[in-house]
Amino acid sequence: MTVHQLSIFIENRSGTLIKVLEALKQAGIQIIASTIADTAEYGIYRLICSEPMRACEELKKANVAVALSDVFAIEIDDQPGRAADAVKTFSEAGISIAYMYSFLLRGKGILVFRTDDNGKAASVITANNLKSISESDLSGLA
Amino acid sequence: MIWNPNKECMSRDEMSALQGKRLHKIVEYVYHNVPFYRNKLQELDIRPDDIQTIEDIKKLPFTTKKDLRDNYPFGLQAAPQSEIIRVHASSGTTGNPTIVGYTRKDIGVWSECMARCLTAYGVTRNDIFSVAYGYGLFTGGLGAHYGVEHLGASVIPAGTGNTEKHLKLIRDLGITGLACTPSYALYLAETMDKLGIRKEDIKLRVGAFGAEPWTENMRKEIEERLGLKGYNIYGLSEVMGPSVSYECQIQHGSHICEDHFYPEIINPTTLEPLPAGQTGELVFTTLTKEGMPVLRYRTRDLCSLMPGTCDCGRTSVRMGRIEGRSDDMLIIRGINVFPSQVESVVLSMPEFAPRYMLVVDRVNNLDTLQVQVEIRQEFFTGVFDTPAAVDQLEKKLAAKLKSVLSIAAKVQLKAPNTIERSQGKSAHVIDKRKL
Repeated sequence: MTVHQLSIFIENRSGTLIKVLEALKQAGIQIIASTIADTAEYGIYRLICSEPMRACEELKKANVAVALSDVFAIEIDDQPGRAADAVKTFSEAGISIAYMYSFLLRGKGILVFRTDDNGKAASVITANNLKSISESDLSGLA
Repeated sequence: MIWNPNKECMSRDEMSALQGKRLHKIVEYVYHNVPFYRNKLQELDIRPDDIQTIEDIKKLPFTTKKDLRDNYPFGLQAAPQSEIIRVHASSGTTGNPTIVGYTRKDIGVWSECMARCLTAYGVTRNDIFSVAYGYGLFTGGLGAHYGVEHLGASVIPAGTGNTEKHLKLIRDLGITGLACTPSYALYLAETMDKLGIRKEDIKLRVGAFGAEPWTENMRKEIEERLGLKGYNIYGLSEVMGPSVSYECQIQHGSHICEDHFYPEIINPTTLEPLPAGQTGELVFTTLTKEGMPVLRYRTRDLCSLMPGTCDCGRTSVRMGRIEGRSDDMLIIRGINVFPSQVESVVLSMPEFAPRYMLVVDRVNNLDTLQVQVEIRQEFFTGVFDTPAAVDQLEKKLAAKLKSVLSIAAKVQLKAPNTIERSQGKSAHVIDKRKL
């Protein structure tokens, strides 16, 4: 029920971000959504893309500190308040969300997030009939 | 003023005779009490009776920091444990610290040397003297403390940190003397400015500054801002601690307590003694120490010796400023740090590649140490999707470094293969301090 997110360690120096993007370009990987959690000295670049497994291998070859993290991606209607409704269901089940980002895709909103309890989150998704995106959906979307 | 004119102003002939007599005695003592030295002397076919005059010192083997490490913890101790009343420790090059035990007589000699030093600075029993070196395993705090007591002045064991409270005491108690690192003295001056304390509000008049390299410009700045006269003090725990040498009112070199610590200058490569006036590595032989005597201990400090009677009246030989090191030791906030110590910690953690860089700087007159390490690709797993996880890893390394180095280091994580492969030892260090 989860998708693979690339988590990439990027130093705050010029040229480090472009190195990652160039490697993805060379490999023909399409970026679907991304966000950077930045600190004073480095950032964690989180990225949803087509073919995350292959992207990860390619980045490793380019000497990038990269790992795959399991995150949820759920589809919601592109309407005000839908994100609040979705997050509320997890919150009521006592699940903490470590981070979240979102994007619009073909008229739908996609919420990407990581929880502290993936098993419990999966049952909440099933119980509430939330539509979760799978990895194969991602390659189709790209 | 001279605390012990008998020794500090002894004629050259008398001093040489005394040194020769003491050298013979100390060689005999270590020969019978320290297997390490007995073996070394036997290998060179030297018996204690072969050492009669101070010139015979050239026959003796050298002692290095590595010898101290190889004989950790008490291998070079000559006195039985029942005679040891204090133990200090300083940084070793890797892993183990250097352990130094002192007998009651050693502490007495140390206090005497400190009293000579303070008297040369013009300190008397009427002074109130604050010791702001670190108290603890470091020799600075307790060494200076016992000297002030021996002299009879009032000692304020301020220690390091708690700067605002210390300044309040300096002002309210009318403290007249201060012992600390020169960079801490500047930090005090800065804190004074912040608190609105003017130098006219305080009575400091004498400063004993050492444990780290400093420049004449720093001296001028400290003197100007604190309204005192600053004097250099030198020492190392392997030989004793602070007061191995000290400046006098003339401030042209530091007088060595050479009736206790015999100095030589050698070429660090050939190990040949160099004539007076030439710069080389400073070597000390402890002539009277009971706890852990050392024969020809290589300090790795580079300087020159100045023989001859000083205008102050002392005849004891003087050493010039430390001009550098013959190894890669760094002095950070008065603490000795070897890059190899950092290396041993980094190598002990599989998360990091065996590459590192030390970046030393001085910010607001306080030394800073940053250690850069590379995370290994295979250890960068999915859990590192938040800065909190990365910070935790950095903190884990920082805690290990702190316990080995005794000073705090800021860890900076770098991406794989971003730290340059080192070419030789100094390539591990970027020292941005302008000294």
